[in-house]
Amino acid sequence: MRSLGILLVLGSLVLMTACGGGGGSSSGGGGNTSTITSVAASCAPSPVQSGQTSQCSATVMGTGNFSSAVTWATSAGQISASGLLTAPIIVSGSTSATVTATSAQDSTKSGTSTETVTAIAAANNVAPIIVDAGPQNLSYLSTNVPFVTITICVPGNAPPSAECQTIDHVTVDTGSSGLRIVSSVLTIALPPENDSNGNPLDECLVFADGYVWGPVATADIYVVGEKAPNVPVQVMIPTTTSPPVPSGCQNPPGGNGNEGVSVDAFGANALIGVGLFQQDCGPGCTSGAPNFYYSCPASGCNPTNVPLLQQVANPVSKFSTDNNGVLLQMASVPDGGSLTASGFLVFGIGTESNNALGSSVVYTVPDTGNNAGVFNTIFNGTNYSGSVIDSGTSAFLFLSSATSGVPPTCTSDNYLYCPTTSPDNLTAVNQGSNGQSGPTTHFSIENGVNLLNTSNTAFSTLGGPNPGAFDWGLPFFFGRDVFTAIENMGAPGGTPPYFAYNLP
Amino acid sequence: MPCIRNPFAILILLLPFPASAVLGDTAASVLDDQARMKGTLRSVDNRTYVMHEITSSTGTVVREFVSPQGAVFGVAWEGQFPPDLQQLLGPYYEQAQQVQASAQQTDSQQPRRRRGPIVIDTPGLVLYETGHARNFRGQAYIPQLVPQGVQATDIH
Repeated sequence: MRSLGILLVLGSLVLMTACGGGGGSSSGGGGNTSTITSVAASCAPSPVQSGQTSQCSATVMGTGNFSSAVTWATSAGQISASGLLTAPIIVSGSTSATVTATSAQDSTKSGTSTETVTAIAAANNVAPIIVDAGPQNLSYLSTNVPFVTITICVPGNAPPSAECQTIDHVTVDTGSSGLRIVSSVLTIALPPENDSNGNPLDECLVFADGYVWGPVATADIYVVGEKAPNVPVQVMIPTTTSPPVPSGCQNPPGGNGNEGVSVDAFGANALIGVGLFQQDCGPGCTSGAPNFYYSCPASGCNPTNVPLLQQVANPVSKFSTDNNGVLLQMASVPDGGSLTASGFLVFGIGTESNNALGSSVVYTVPDTGNNAGVFNTIFNGTNYSGSVIDSGTSAFLFLSSATSGVPPTCTSDNYLYCPTTSPDNLTAVNQGSNGQSGPTTHFSIENGVNLLNTSNTAFSTLGGPNPGAFDWGLPFFFGRDVFTAIENMGAPGGTPPYFAYNLP
Repeated sequence: MPCIRNPFAILILLLPFPASAVLGDTAASVLDDQARMKGTLRSVDNRTYVMHEITSSTGTVVREFVSPQGAVFGVAWEGQFPPDLQQLLGPYYEQAQQVQASAQQTDSQQPRRRRGPIVIDTPGLVLYETGHARNFRGQAYIPQLVPQGVQATDIH
């Protein structure tokens, strides 16, 4: 009778064993036959939070000089070759993931472990996100816009107070920094900010397809249990309101003009930019007076320099804790879209038990220069250097139909893709400025006209052109963890600013 | 990240003499842009066209592409702040507005709003612009003026 061997193998050791073992079913030069008698699997921690990781290990029992190598599989989420489980994304209740370890030597022998996966629980740093039809009385159906509810106060006040106001349907934007409020929404009088000469300070913020204009004011911002005191914010005013829009505040060619004139024009009551930077403009507005901040005496507005501390600020960087970035976790959305979708805006990265980086790969981006905030996407073997991950963009916006391998644009709407084979399953590889390439990222595109011709407001397969670049919009966020780390605030996994995400 | 294709000859010009450079105009207009942007100018002749690159005082880079016939057939830009596109595009700025206005009328059946890059692809004008916090980039060209052998992707 041969002796019974027991080998407890941590997942991380398995690869080494597998590499050295060669995978043969017999071993020992004497011709002894080894056998596998059983495989058992377990993971820790268990239960595991949605999107977070649990390290699984296998106990392989056998006879002779058997191989302890196993291969891993999971019914949900993702598991690495070394047994690191990334839990699937759920945003309510709990689910389970069945993890299977199969003997590399004898594929008929396997063990399973059923892991309970729990949704992110309510906490001081967790704000619920909803993707829905949009603010009250919107004249059209909102499309793929993530909203949170915030409370703002005249500085020095705390809710509940007549000097505070709760605002719903505030767009969560990882593509910009700073809070901007449609002026008609405001019921409280936020104190305006003046420049160093005592003149009112106004701001022109240009987007890809329009601009917003209006005064800088100061507010205390409350989001769930987090507070950002004395934050410069922008109040977006109609073109007809004084001061008038200066000529240097320019509509992009073919743009929508002033997008901050009303809730209907803006598509939200306000926008909270929780992106990569501490200020909306940064060092670029401390000298040279670009067309961004304006000093507005009664005689008219002129571009002016503004010190960093007076610039419209990323509210997250002004929190006393959980201030180094955010995690967006959005539920999966099926092909065809869904009426609504939900998720969480979690403040901080690695600052609490609910916002660990886990298996997310970090893609660092330059802090300054003409490539600030962008990384590289490799698609069909070609590098595209202008990539961003932006929750404020409503679709996968990438390349153009003239570029090989991209779906054709829709005949009735050249801002949308209408693939002939739907869904069109595509892949790309992202690469940060640290040179680190992530695993292959998968995305699918469906007929955009058909998608928008429904009552749905959340779409995981909506795509359109963006010549020469990739803008990974909200569809990218569904079913994965996406982190944005703020410059100069320190964060695990790399040097901010960076994006990070998990799951394929 | 300056991209120099086929730098057969690189001329460094630092001559602040005025003219008026807009898309579709003559090469002389490039220098007006340089003066207006208070920028530095670098010119690259790659035989099928000359590329003039102006870096403004705010760091924004504008590249103007001039055909052997002397026409500015394309422009491209990138930087934290978009350049004065009304000036750079000249009459084509207004044309872009008109293209979008008529497109919106066609789309009026569709009760949705979109936010994203500008994409104009017409026989007389191709224009793209995309922008995010601290990063704007775009290109515009007039297809009829693009010299033979020059690809749209060269205009960047």
